[in-house]
Amino acid sequence: MKDTMTAPEPPLLELRGVEKRFALDQSLLERLRFRDGRLRMDRREVHAVNNVSLTVNRGEALCVVGETGCGKSTVARLVAGLLAPSAGEVRYAGARIDNQSRRDLAPLRRRMQMIFQNPYASLNPRMTIAQALEEPVRYHNPDLAPVDVRAKVLEVMQAVGVDPSWRDRYPHEFSGGQRQRIAIARALTVDPEFIIADEPLAALDVSIQAQVLNLMLEAKVARGLTYLFITHDLSVVQHFGTRVAVLYLGTVCELADTATLFAAPKHPYTRALLSAVPQMRDGMPDHIRLKGEIPTPITLPKGCPFETRCAYADQRCRVEKPRPQQQRDGSLVACHAVEEGRVD
Amino acid sequence: MSLLSVRDLTVKFAMRSQTVTALHQISFDLARGERLGIVGESGAGKSITGFALMKLLSAPGYIDSGTIQFDGTDITQAPEAQMRQIRGNRIAMVFQDPMVTLNPVLTIGQQMVETLRAHRKLSRRDAQEIALTKLREVQIAAPELRLKQYPHELSGGMRQRIIIAMALLLDPDLIIADEPTTALDVTIQADIMELLLKLCQANKVGLILITHDLGVVSQLTERTLVMYAGRIVEAGKTREIINDPQHPYTQGLINALPQQTLPGQMLKQIPGAMPVLTDIPPGCPFSPRCAFALAECRRLLPQIMQQGSSEVACHEVNRLHSDLLLEEGR
Repeated sequence: MKDTMTAPEPPLLELRGVEKRFALDQSLLERLRFRDGRLRMDRREVHAVNNVSLTVNRGEALCVVGETGCGKSTVARLVAGLLAPSAGEVRYAGARIDNQSRRDLAPLRRRMQMIFQNPYASLNPRMTIAQALEEPVRYHNPDLAPVDVRAKVLEVMQAVGVDPSWRDRYPHEFSGGQRQRIAIARALTVDPEFIIADEPLAALDVSIQAQVLNLMLEAKVARGLTYLFITHDLSVVQHFGTRVAVLYLGTVCELADTATLFAAPKHPYTRALLSAVPQMRDGMPDHIRLKGEIPTPITLPKGCPFETRCAYADQRCRVEKPRPQQQRDGSLVACHAVEEGRVD
Repeated sequence: MSLLSVRDLTVKFAMRSQTVTALHQISFDLARGERLGIVGESGAGKSITGFALMKLLSAPGYIDSGTIQFDGTDITQAPEAQMRQIRGNRIAMVFQDPMVTLNPVLTIGQQMVETLRAHRKLSRRDAQEIALTKLREVQIAAPELRLKQYPHELSGGMRQRIIIAMALLLDPDLIIADEPTTALDVTIQADIMELLLKLCQANKVGLILITHDLGVVSQLTERTLVMYAGRIVEAGKTREIINDPQHPYTQGLINALPQQTLPGQMLKQIPGAMPVLTDIPPGCPFSPRCAFALAECRRLLPQIMQQGSSEVACHEVNRLHSDLLLEEGR
């Protein structure tokens, strides 16, 4: 809904040209290299995220999808402030957050919570469920009376189906699905507006996945949550996401509304990815075969990151990085072949 | 005669305080060259079934009763020396994580040659030649180079191709693949599935595919067993199980998939979770989660029975079918 009286509201989250590189060689000796008859200092880097620009509007569920090593978890960690970008800006509700101190970030943590993939690792094994859920409430509301802390936690527990009788039990007593429920409850106790979920379903069984996904959908509607949802599972994307960003080798190759992306994928990589999902239909689908393997993010291809495996790659793709171009249906696609109309 | 015939196979685990039953009287057959899927969630007993068929259960697990007829011999009675002749040679196994199967300190070539020479009288050179042929069959780029490489030098997809090449090394009759593509990305998974299917068909190798992914089962197998809490709850042609599941658990499993619901709508979830082995409910193990459960279901264990073209272990399905029969009789 657009309010014509005031200036347009900034997107809740904005990434502007964000890059993240990890140094591969830490020590001095690792960096010394003998080449062309001389000793040189050399620094190899993993280019995990390259020039990523994204916006997440209030009430949206933006899914970031891609295969192992494409940088999707790094994006989540950059947004959550667990990593600092090597270049670019992360803005939250219009204000820059990537260059702030831990202290300045504290109020923000309350508005932004994270859910991780592994519910076995994300709960402290030595804390009871009550302790784990009460700690964030007390931390963010130091003036709240213990009675009120407990009341708040109880309310959230009931809302997400964590049995209040679990209060005094420890994480090891619960199954993966129950733990993920507890982890979601912990994220919701501080009434956040934005949830970063990094593969929250990947470790769960099919019937449990449905329970947890329903819980996240419910919370979205009931609490007006905005999600940044990291996943490799395209059927989850199609169900949960309002928009999708497809990541390949740390670069966004396609960004579109979920319905548009699944109905008319444009980037050759998106097409290959969608065609490879096993379907419950007769016979093998004729999936698009990609040649070769994902190149290492240490030495990126000079041109388009997908050029080495793309059936449409030509000379231009090998030397020039494609820029995201707006398509007629509103999606953004970074591909020379699409731009030149070489992909039908 | 079928290649593999399992009857009333029961596997137990002797724990300190009690003995738990992980597999309850499993029976199924596999014809020569047939591809069978075993589907279920974690704890259903699908991997245990795979290990039991190879007699690779390690203590405290053991085969308590039942028979496994493989090509005419009951391997539950076979001594370890005979089992060593069967494993790798006649039945090969492919696991989810290739790094567990591959020896990290030997090159791919050394491991393949060693396997061949353990089972066949072959010169090193001939063994190497066979290894190379098998690597070409799994369409690996630069096979000569791979023979000299160590597992850590290869990508996940390439390692899984090598595992499949090694499984085919001795031209087995049966491959048991336990979640062979679960650790792989979808684009690689699609390639590996296609390869596995092609090789099984071309070499008339039987396949037992253990997976949680109904899409994978649907594309690779002809028949499917659905397992729950250590029992087979439904068995039949894969197409029929996917298109017209009978058991409420199979129905629930398929309906819970996101693609079965319109985007943004609540998924049809199955309430609760699979029971742990030490605490199996009385009667039908699925009854606490089942929308159709009656008092009978909570008390009496349903036997697996032929219903149409599938076999189903469910009182509700039995009730429906006997009602139908009554109506037809009228």
